[in-house]
Amino acid sequence: MGSFVGEVLPPDDVVVRALRAGDETMFAALLDTWSHGMLRVARSYVSTDHSAEEVVQDTWLAVIDGIDGFEGRSSVKTWVYRILVNTAKKRGLRESRILPWSAFEQDGQTLGGHGPPPGGRAEFTAAWPTPEGEALAAEARGLIAEALGRLPPRQRVVITLRDVEGCTSEEVCDILEISAANQRVLLHRARATVRGWLASYYDSVKQPD
Amino acid sequence: MKRFISEARAVNVVKRFTCDELVEHLTAYLDDALDTPARDAVRDHLSCCEGCGRYFDQYRATIRVLGDLPTRPLPTETRSRLLSTFRTRRADHLTDG
Ligand SMILES: [Zn+2]
Repeated sequence: MGSFVGEVLPPDDVVVRALRAGDETMFAALLDTWSHGMLRVARSYVSTDHSAEEVVQDTWLAVIDGIDGFEGRSSVKTWVYRILVNTAKKRGLRESRILPWSAFEQDGQTLGGHGPPPGGRAEFTAAWPTPEGEALAAEARGLIAEALGRLPPRQRVVITLRDVEGCTSEEVCDILEISAANQRVLLHRARATVRGWLASYYDSVKQPD
Repeated sequence: MKRFISEARAVNVVKRFTCDELVEHLTAYLDDALDTPARDAVRDHLSCCEGCGRYFDQYRATIRVLGDLPTRPLPTETRSRLLSTFRTRRADHLTDG
């Protein structure tokens, strides 16, 4: 477990024992480490920030009540995220914002037939400005955070879990119950699209030579 | 004199990717999910194709940007409500046995 950036949680057995014993400090540590990522993942399924907050809250309530029954067949993080995803999916369906999950089975099933990579060959020659420590980079990050909502739902969830939250591919497959190959296709499509957005952005702010 | 193509070269010819194919393999490459010939083919292509080399740099820059997006914490009231719920419900659980 524990691939979130900057995460310093103890091993699962320690976490589970502490939660069962009512250790509030441990619960607070989980809340503070995972909630922001959970909000983002929940937001992929529901229509407002407020809904996402309620989904995260309901998930934690289910964790509080369910920790005694946790069997350790997956990591604690995967278990919590599965509850989150199921809660968010149900809520999303109720809000009718998303179509049933199966309606998206096609988004990213196959690799072929999509023509040239997004962005086109001409862009390949343009170098990007160095991303670190610039106002430009901050603006790009804000832009991308907004734009993720335009990805197809399954791609959005996968790229959020993998690249934004730093989960491993095994964790993502476990949480979403999809195959490694499917996960990779969805991730690749999403990354290629985001790269295209960044390329257009950097192109639009480029200084004339 | 008969000319022979070395075996390594022949494998390379078979496994060589076009630029479009290469791009489709980048996620698998970064996840280390390719077999050895395919991985070598990606590496060879990237080292000698400037366009794909740059695309690969941009692809990795994209992943870095995604790993550094602004975050929004759980609202303070929600957080304290959850902590107090934890306190009372876990206490119930413990006394219930
Ligand atoms: Zn190339």
